[in-house]
Amino acid sequence: MSVHKRWANVEYWQAIKRRAPAYTGQKYLKGLDMYKNDKGEIVNVAEDRRIHRKLWLRTIEVALFVTIFCFLMAYPIAHLLATLPMKYSNLLMICVLLPFWTSLLVRTASWMILLQQQGIVNDFFVFIGLVANDARPQMMYNKTGTYVAMTQILLPFMVLPLYSVMKTISPSLMRAGKSLGGTPFTSFWKIYFPLTIPGIGAGCLLVFILAIGYYITPALVGGASGTLISNQIAFHMKATLDWSFASAMGLMLLTGVMAIYWVYNKIVGIDNIKLG
Amino acid sequence: MALPRYTEPHYRAWHYLYLTICTAVFFFLIAPLFVIFPLSFNSEEFLVFTDGMMRLDPDAFSTRWYKDMVYGTKNPWGLAARNSFIIAFFATIGSVLLGTVAALGLSSRHMPYKGLIMAILISPMIIPLIISGVAIFFFMAKAGLAATHTGIILAHIILGTPFVVITVTATLSGFDHSVTRAAASLGSNPVNTFMKITLPLILPGVISGGLFAFVTSFDEVVVVLFLAGLESTTIPIQMWTGLREQLSPTILAVATCLIVLSTLILVTAELLRRRSERLRGIKRH
Repeated sequence: MSVHKRWANVEYWQAIKRRAPAYTGQKYLKGLDMYKNDKGEIVNVAEDRRIHRKLWLRTIEVALFVTIFCFLMAYPIAHLLATLPMKYSNLLMICVLLPFWTSLLVRTASWMILLQQQGIVNDFFVFIGLVANDARPQMMYNKTGTYVAMTQILLPFMVLPLYSVMKTISPSLMRAGKSLGGTPFTSFWKIYFPLTIPGIGAGCLLVFILAIGYYITPALVGGASGTLISNQIAFHMKATLDWSFASAMGLMLLTGVMAIYWVYNKIVGIDNIKLG
Repeated sequence: MALPRYTEPHYRAWHYLYLTICTAVFFFLIAPLFVIFPLSFNSEEFLVFTDGMMRLDPDAFSTRWYKDMVYGTKNPWGLAARNSFIIAFFATIGSVLLGTVAALGLSSRHMPYKGLIMAILISPMIIPLIISGVAIFFFMAKAGLAATHTGIILAHIILGTPFVVITVTATLSGFDHSVTRAAASLGSNPVNTFMKITLPLILPGVISGGLFAFVTSFDEVVVVLFLAGLESTTIPIQMWTGLREQLSPTILAVATCLIVLSTLILVTAELLRRRSERLRGIKRH
């Protein structure tokens, strides 16, 4: 009160009291495993209680690896689709588009059947002698399940942009490269690959953006170690009812997605999204 | 893909490796869908291939899970299917109307901030569903539309519109705007021009966008999870519950039906796309 005579006025204190809790950044700090201590400094929570940071890192890790797996698988088949005669490539294109049109839940259900401990994948591993019958590995309800199912589900989103770019590359370019003395590998690496980079960019950004917010598949096949940030948001919406924390985490995720979306729009152009 | 006869052996080896990889990837893409068919006809309650099924013993197969799907009382699949179709039907109509109008407006040369508007219109496709779900839930709760069909339909219109915008914009890319001016100069009013000239030309795009919107709504579970009341159960919600609690063969019977439905939709969409490309004179070699 000695600082300024206005502080003697009770109304100011009431105003501060009234305004203070209405808006706070604390939920955001909580989402990054930090909090404000008594002195108002922002500090990290104890190491063994940092769950959210781990979750963010895992989400990015899963999205990144799913993108890489999708790219490695999509590149050869997009090339095959683009170079085969129309008659055959149309037929194979169905193989890409049918999963694309099929219900997400149906595809996840089929992975649950395939990956279960008595499932076909495990049967096959036992059959070829990779694992013993009584030591069947757990492939579902962990990160493996999330990786496998998400890669298969998001693969068409990588194939379509790659295919549409590869379709425009004239086969005579590769022939020219070869006729000028390049081996098939150098002509591929120096001519073909650089021309497909726009498709790679479009596909990778799209798959990454979709993977980072994935909810259903991790919730069903992810178990405890394979859940992502979306699942945590749903958990706080449905179970703990900490809606403001769920919203804070949602906004953090949304900011990240919007940033990638902005890059996508700059590089690819939003009206170039391919839907088959 | 036959190789020339002069190909050196190690390139030949590479080529066969490449074909093997491609086969493996196609197998990875498509095979999981086909696991569901035989298991949905399993006569046992297990989700594994029994010895009888491996021997193709007719007794090992049955349609009991399909009967359970139609007549069973444990899971109200009939009610869910009805709700799903109603919601998807109205959501498709809404998405098609809004998406087509938006795409037409965006194709005009006089439209300002085209890129920004396009980016906003398409964002529901990109934004994680969980965020849309939470946001739509808060909004609908304030508007008093939570736990109603209307709320779900409105939400699905938002989610379906981007697909229509994309497909109709693609059809409009080869659209010659002088035909509408020609119609106007011949005395046609704008509504008549749209119905007689523009719409028939962009119809393949409109229909395929509508199919996308239908599938999106029909398959959508996250937003409905937040919005649905008890009586607005849908097929995806029933499947979601079933997959979380206990994976029963009845779900596989439903899944088989859904795969058949999506195959039909895919074939329709592909035929439309080819027809549209033929109409607009785009040749794929």
